[in-house]
Amino acid sequence: MKTKKITVMAMCTALAMILSYVESQIPSPGVPGVKMGLANIAVVFCLYRLGWKEAAGISLLRVVLVSLLFGHVASLMYSAAGAVLSLLGMIGLKATDRLSCVAVSVIGGVLHNVGQILMAWVLMGPNVVYYLPVLIFSGTVAGVVIGVLAGLIVKRVRPSA
Amino acid sequence: MNASSGKQLRADLIVIAALLLLSGILFLALRLGRREGGVAVVRVDGVETERHLLSVDGVFPLNGGSNILVIEDGQAWLSEADCPDLLCVRQGKVHYTGEVITCLPNRLTVTVEGGDSNGVDLVVG
Repeated sequence: MKTKKITVMAMCTALAMILSYVESQIPSPGVPGVKMGLANIAVVFCLYRLGWKEAAGISLLRVVLVSLLFGHVASLMYSAAGAVLSLLGMIGLKATDRLSCVAVSVIGGVLHNVGQILMAWVLMGPNVVYYLPVLIFSGTVAGVVIGVLAGLIVKRVRPSA
Repeated sequence: MNASSGKQLRADLIVIAALLLLSGILFLALRLGRREGGVAVVRVDGVETERHLLSVDGVFPLNGGSNILVIEDGQAWLSEADCPDLLCVRQGKVHYTGEVITCLPNRLTVTVEGGDSNGVDLVVG
């Protein structure tokens, strides 16, 4: 059982990293922080299939590894702030059991963007707040797409570990 | 199962609608508060390094040349940057107060602020 869980977690981490890389190749629409959040598919899947500790581990590991491999030093701080806030929100919301993984993913997407804005506020001053409306909007839309995809995968992949 | 997933769907939609509404309200609130700006303020790591009047055309290398600021016809934009993604260049031209061009890799922002042409801060009652 334990070996299987470690293997599934490793696969999810690898998947999250690949998805991050794929996403980094998609041209950005011109506003910093607007993105799909493809890697969150793996995190939401883990949250529902393995548990919150495993999902948090995978998400944080991905952030560190991806920033070291493909990003710059600054990107680690923004991603980490986004990932931590996003994880807290998703884990808390899932625990209430009132919402499906779509809403959980939406909250994750929005809070990821809010976390990045907060970090940008700390590093660069309060003017970055002007990005907040568009980032809440884009986080919501991306969160719906990611949540629906993750929901399909959770439903179709046989429970393990 | 079906009853609970129906309830979940409704709760999901409420969350999504609430967030879309929130982004719309914030967008309008920030947009209503904006006015034509007077100066472009450059900050690196949140600390102001220089400011340039929007009424005076010019080309200014910022942050030791990492980004190039252009001011022309009352608008400001970054024409060049040494970062790979060039997001700051693609953010385009700004001229309303509060508009920001951000370069995350160089931790640099160009913010349009109010203020009249002789550099004295504007006092708003």
